[in-house]
Amino acid sequence: MSPPVQPINRIAKMATVVLALLPVVLLIVVLGLCVGSTGVDFDAIYQWFSGKENSQMISDIIWRIRFPRVLLALLVGATLSLGGLVFQAILKNPLAEPYILGVSGGAAIGAIIGIIMGLSRFPGVSLLAFCGSMATLLLLLLMASGRTALRKESLLLSGVMVNAFCSAVIMFLVSITQDSRLHSILFWLMGDLSLVGLDQTLLLGAFLLPCFAVLFYLSNAMNLLLLGKESARTLGLNAEAVTVVLLVVTSFMVSSTVSFSGLLGFVGLVMPHMMRLVLGPDHRLLVPACMLGGGGYMVLCDLLARTLPQHGEMPAGVVTALIGAPLFIALLKRARP
Amino acid sequence: MKAAFEVQQVSHRYARDPVLRQLEFSVEAGEFFIIIGPNGSGKTTLLKIMAGIVPCKKGKVLVFDRPIERYSARERAAKIAYVPQASMPEFPFTVMETVLMGRTPYLGPLGIEEDTDLRIAREALAFTGMEHLADRKIDQLSGGEQQRAAIARAICQQPDIILLDEPTAALDLAHQVRIMDLMESLKKKEGITVVMVSHDLNLAAMYGERLLLLETGRLAGLGAPDEVLTYRDLEKVYGCTLLVDRSPIEQCPRITLVPHRVLEKMARESAEKKK
Repeated sequence: MSPPVQPINRIAKMATVVLALLPVVLLIVVLGLCVGSTGVDFDAIYQWFSGKENSQMISDIIWRIRFPRVLLALLVGATLSLGGLVFQAILKNPLAEPYILGVSGGAAIGAIIGIIMGLSRFPGVSLLAFCGSMATLLLLLLMASGRTALRKESLLLSGVMVNAFCSAVIMFLVSITQDSRLHSILFWLMGDLSLVGLDQTLLLGAFLLPCFAVLFYLSNAMNLLLLGKESARTLGLNAEAVTVVLLVVTSFMVSSTVSFSGLLGFVGLVMPHMMRLVLGPDHRLLVPACMLGGGGYMVLCDLLARTLPQHGEMPAGVVTALIGAPLFIALLKRARP
Repeated sequence: MKAAFEVQQVSHRYARDPVLRQLEFSVEAGEFFIIIGPNGSGKTTLLKIMAGIVPCKKGKVLVFDRPIERYSARERAAKIAYVPQASMPEFPFTVMETVLMGRTPYLGPLGIEEDTDLRIAREALAFTGMEHLADRKIDQLSGGEQQRAAIARAICQQPDIILLDEPTAALDLAHQVRIMDLMESLKKKEGITVVMVSHDLNLAAMYGERLLLLETGRLAGLGAPDEVLTYRDLEKVYGCTLLVDRSPIEQCPRITLVPHRVLEKMARESAEKKK
């Protein structure tokens, strides 16, 4: 007599995760659209939305200013969280984050050169940042591929070295820069979601959506990679090819994002861990959860960053860690038996 | 009968060091085949070549009469399961989830399993006596339980051949017998070909139908335990003094180590006799 089979319905599980997170994210998005420095509040927006008041100004504020910014935050948060998730899985290192392979260093050098040259934020600075990070990625893959089959230690160490080299260059560039440009360099380095228009955000989205799809398609492969490359291979997975695709797609995705947003830290490190604490190790759940959770978290952080200070705003990167670190420690404490 | 494996003139080297030299042997379908030999004699490399993990650069490996490289990764996974040495690292999946991963070669890219897959996984767990641990996390299991979970995953893969790399290393006596019995009954009930690398000559003598003795990558013996486990060959290959006699159980060869102090004592006594 075999015991009754307990049905594990994966699809239902995935749907539950998405349906649980989606309303929260939507709520945050609505909040992000309604709150801002111009003083347009819920009531005015409700009036506009229900068609009682037809104001060109409110419509402009929402569609031209707040919507692109909220959408950008959503994309950036999703990308960075996914980036951390993938790197933590393939490098089997809990401290891995999306910038660990040196993508950030290259992007920063490109962006700073752009800012020093006085280029506009788009396309000048973004394009240079993207070129910079792609160059470091290429360099890294060349360095690592000389060895046998992308050993994770050599990848990690190469990444750390690339980052160290880049930060030296960044320091040098900062030291020769005139004061007036320092502020924008600093904001770029800490991550800044302002100054990006709707067209550019939609362009970024067009880059990112295929990447998201590829990562979801490979989510079960990431589970198998956790068993080790050899076991994954004997289960019929082409482990080497999948690893390379994951590396390249993730780095490309992070590079494009960073070119628009600057180096927003911490989300990529901590969001995968938070989701893992709550949902377990299955990447088929973690990929959608990190996209939604990371996106929502970023919108929230950006909202706080632009509303909390009395004058002006602070970089969103400050808020991500300021809230995230204590939140994570609390979760970790609760999860330990 | 069809041969599960035909290994023809296989040589292999890491960097410049030869690990395997012109090996030639075959494994019959449904056979319990054990590879023995000292550390560094190339046992694990040979097993990995047979599993298709390490590409065979020189020579040929045929799996059921077809060259191993002609199988796609998926086809190969449906034929050959592999249980590596340290099979389950720190790993927060449950036993059931891990065993279900054995279904990968039969599932789509997202690995969405159906009721049949769950039933097969349940049966594999029952066969290895792991049912009660199905919902436990892998990293909360003992070494023996982890090894059984790895074997359950291999069974769940429904292969024709199971390759195991030292499955009894680091296990206590009860678990050693249990794992070996498990493999034997798998062979008898399901007709699965079992190829195992082992350090334990006594277990090899008791369970192996045929043994392959490796010495620095060369074939130093091939045949039934009686033919391979002779003290002459073993002392030469392992480089230490051994006593080989018959075990009271089924009269299979029994290997006993001889400590150095006993050898010294014997040498002293024979010297005194001469005086």
